[in-house]
Amino acid sequence: MDPVLYGYMLYGISLLTVGGMYAILALGLNVQWGFTGLFNAGIAGFFGIGAYTAAILTTNPHASHVGGLQMPYIVSAITAMLVAGIIAFLVGKVCLKLRSDYLAIATIGIAEIFRLIVNNETWATNGPRGISQIPRPFEGLPEPINQVAFLGVVLLTLAGVYWLMEIARKSPWGRVMTAIRDNETSAKAAGKNVETFRMEGFVIGCMIMALAGALMAHYLKFVNPQTTDPLLATFIVFVMLVIGGSANNKGAILGAFLVWTLWSASEIVAPRLLEAIGMTDAGIRSAYVRIFLIGLLLQIFLQKNPQGLLPETRPSSPGKNGS
Amino acid sequence: MLSVEKLSKSFGGLQAVRDCTFKIEEGSITGLIGPNGAGKTTTFNMIAGEMEPTAGKIVFQGQNIAGLPTHKMFHLGIVRTFQIPHEFAKMTVLENLMVVPAAQPGEHIFNNWLNPGAVRTREDQVRQMAEDALDFLSISHLRDERAGNLSGGQKKLLELGRTMMTDAKLVLLDEPGAGVNPTLLLKIREMITRLREERGYTFCVIEHDMDLIAALCDPIIVLAEGTVLMQGTMEEVRSNPDVLDAYLGGGEEAA
Ligand SMILES: Nc1ncnc2c1ncn2[C@@H]1O[C@H](COP(=O)(O)OP(=O)(O)OP(=O)(O)O)[C@@H](O)[C@H]1O
Ligand SMILES: [Mg+2]
Repeated sequence: MDPVLYGYMLYGISLLTVGGMYAILALGLNVQWGFTGLFNAGIAGFFGIGAYTAAILTTNPHASHVGGLQMPYIVSAITAMLVAGIIAFLVGKVCLKLRSDYLAIATIGIAEIFRLIVNNETWATNGPRGISQIPRPFEGLPEPINQVAFLGVVLLTLAGVYWLMEIARKSPWGRVMTAIRDNETSAKAAGKNVETFRMEGFVIGCMIMALAGALMAHYLKFVNPQTTDPLLATFIVFVMLVIGGSANNKGAILGAFLVWTLWSASEIVAPRLLEAIGMTDAGIRSAYVRIFLIGLLLQIFLQKNPQGLLPETRPSSPGKNGS
Repeated sequence: MLSVEKLSKSFGGLQAVRDCTFKIEEGSITGLIGPNGAGKTTTFNMIAGEMEPTAGKIVFQGQNIAGLPTHKMFHLGIVRTFQIPHEFAKMTVLENLMVVPAAQPGEHIFNNWLNPGAVRTREDQVRQMAEDALDFLSISHLRDERAGNLSGGQKKLLELGRTMMTDAKLVLLDEPGAGVNPTLLLKIREMITRLREERGYTFCVIEHDMDLIAALCDPIIVLAEGTVLMQGTMEEVRSNPDVLDAYLGGGEEAA
């Protein structure tokens, strides 16, 4: 194959792979923000918990960090979700009773605490140098088959999460979640235990985020504190969900692939833009310019489409097949 | 069925409800009237668990329920509507009703994945119930409309519809007739009587429309400035000079 074309193909595969992981993150956020209006500003923390759990459980033993348990992928993925779920439960216990803005503050706090821990508890996490040599499924196969196979794993996981969350969205459970989002007082007056439902949404969303984190650790074969950078693991996920269509699972997925593609493209465009206008240090500065561009994109887009690309839909005959 | 004893609620310095004592008899349609700001809605808020009383007791079927959370009140059988409609704006009208019934297996998330058959069976029942309620209220044509798009009067009907989706014992209606046209008002009257007869609901109705109160309610409790001014039949209320005073003092006219 023509090497340029081959390069493009590999780039395409990596776009889809990372985009797919972001789509899983966006589905997790959709359960929280889209379905029931919970503002989780610490997505990066739960994503990071998933990534580090997977790293510690699946690597070979190594002096620089704890774990190295060589566990099967499926066990580590499930454990990552459970750990995130338990932490989400504890955070929720404290914060979900309070006014909704406290959840945002508390989740930012959790994510930052997590980052400090992985940075400083060097004995466990190897500190800023991170954990490397994380295994990746199918890595023994020849290129590009190994890449395609891992992409398959990501897309299958995405499909599974989508399927489960789509059932949940249309279900009586999803209906209560939306009712709480639309009018909490009235949901209580209809006998719904709002705290319990919120907790369920929060925990499930965080577990999905951790699953995306575990996949990311295997894909990159490496995690360090940068993996939980709030820009790339919190802010951008909100942008994806809002642009795609909050409360719409298909919208969350569409938004994730779209925004990730644009973000990746901006990596190439932004430095050239800066060089063109004669700036020095274009490499460093382009990071800020990219954030600015994505913020601008969000602003312009929301002026025209406040509901996102795919607005929320409601089932017409709940409980009937195909509704 | 329900007795309220020395119930009080203050908001900072303002005593919205003061030492209120009254009873709602089982099977009655009790009217709760009084000038604007008399404390009627606040009294409902306390009975329905939305606000905790500052002092006093609320005894429902022999149990002091003051201070219980709203969702527990619902399961005890106390259901309320809101003076200002509290619809689920982005959900369809049908969904607004379907969300209400208790005992929905699909509200446990795992049942939707592991036991979809049971969920679907109950959904069929709940949907049917909701469609019947819409029929009864003559708003079937709004079935798939987002509730937030309804008119004020239509939202009031939807509030009423929600009480039909429950196994309520005591239904608290906060101005069910406000903003509803006269034809529908008759329909609401009919509905309240029918629900009492067919389902055995007990009602407590706040209303400024004295025709509706006169047609439906016995006894009638008059609140003024947070306390019970009197209790009696419509005749007794009409012939009580204090009541007229209270309304005139509040800048309103008694019917
Ligand atoms: N949440 C609140 N915070 C502060 N004050 C309140 C609150 N709710 C009610 N009040 C005050 O309590 C008093 C009684 O209000 P309430 O709503 O019970 O009156 P009402 O009898 O229902 O009047 P209306 O006929 O106008 O609906 C009013 O003076 C009101 O301003
Ligand atoms: Mg009122």
